[in-house]
Amino acid sequence: MATIALGSVKNQIKNTAPPRGLWCDFPLGRPLGVPQNAEFQHQVLAAAFSLLDSKQTVFKEYDIAIKDEGTEVMACTLPPRHDPEAHPAVDEANGLRPAYERALAKYGNRIGAGRTISSDQIGEAIESFIRVAKGTPWKEAGVPGIPARVSQDIRGYYETAALALSDHAPAAWAGTRWFLDHTEAGKVVLSARQAMADAGEKQPIWFYMVPGDR
Amino acid sequence: MADSDVKAMTADLEVPSFEVAAFTSPVKLSEAKVAIVTSASLHHPDDDGFSPGDVGYRVLESNKRDYVLGHWSPNFDATGFALDINTVFPIDRLDELAARGVIGSVSDIHLAYAGNQFELSAIRMDSGPAGAKFLNEQGVDIVLLTPV
Repeated sequence: MATIALGSVKNQIKNTAPPRGLWCDFPLGRPLGVPQNAEFQHQVLAAAFSLLDSKQTVFKEYDIAIKDEGTEVMACTLPPRHDPEAHPAVDEANGLRPAYERALAKYGNRIGAGRTISSDQIGEAIESFIRVAKGTPWKEAGVPGIPARVSQDIRGYYETAALALSDHAPAAWAGTRWFLDHTEAGKVVLSARQAMADAGEKQPIWFYMVPGDR
Repeated sequence: MADSDVKAMTADLEVPSFEVAAFTSPVKLSEAKVAIVTSASLHHPDDDGFSPGDVGYRVLESNKRDYVLGHWSPNFDATGFALDINTVFPIDRLDELAARGVIGSVSDIHLAYAGNQFELSAIRMDSGPAGAKFLNEQGVDIVLLTPV
């Protein structure tokens, strides 16, 4: 079998030196470049298959780059407070449930909750992280799983819900930035992560709760 | 937070080196059966998800488009796949290429691995060759490898 490898990180694809490597300078998570743009994806595939013409190992750079400047944020209207007794993050998560369900109906559950916790447990998980942020050791706070995995499900829940609140395909990372910097739940996750780091918990337990550059 | 910041974290990661590249010349593209192998930890909902450090592979069927992104790394954007599976797994695009006669056919079977690995020996020595053998038995001529 002949192989053609797409790569998003130049050093990795170049230094691994596969038989045929195409470096596409696209954001991580989008190796074909642009979602919902069949023409763009076909152009990438055409460049990939053109490497089959080579009679020896070949590495090429795709001639179009998609740069993320770290500034775009999804513009999603968050639900108003509904339950004044609930923590704002829990109230927010509950309020996003209809949007989450709409996104599931439209796209399927491709990245949402369900790997460690269900969508019904999102509020419970956020409450546990609130306790962690206030100083309770994570093993005593009722976190319903490994914190890094639980936080992935919360992020997936929010980013899925956001798709139903936006009328266009978001730029890469725009959903993550929205979740971490513009939602109450994102603040809770970041605070819990910091509290675990400060408490000297093992790094893999808290580090992978959010992207590593945070 | 920017994509370049996340990529920069991988700048010094050691990558495996191979004394010999497994270079193979395939049949003509217009006659070739094409499969996708992705390191995005995709799986069908009813299959076992990937655990962190999972060195196995999952079989992805062409006729079931219910793929779930089971990758445990937080270091990539997932909304592209959520909106359009082809952003990572261009199965619709391959179908279109087959319909136009650009490629011979699309394999009924594809594979997914978990790319967030620090210990690669089991994949190199065991599940990697096993997956290749499996695809070979399906008559696959060309494999497109996609990351996240």
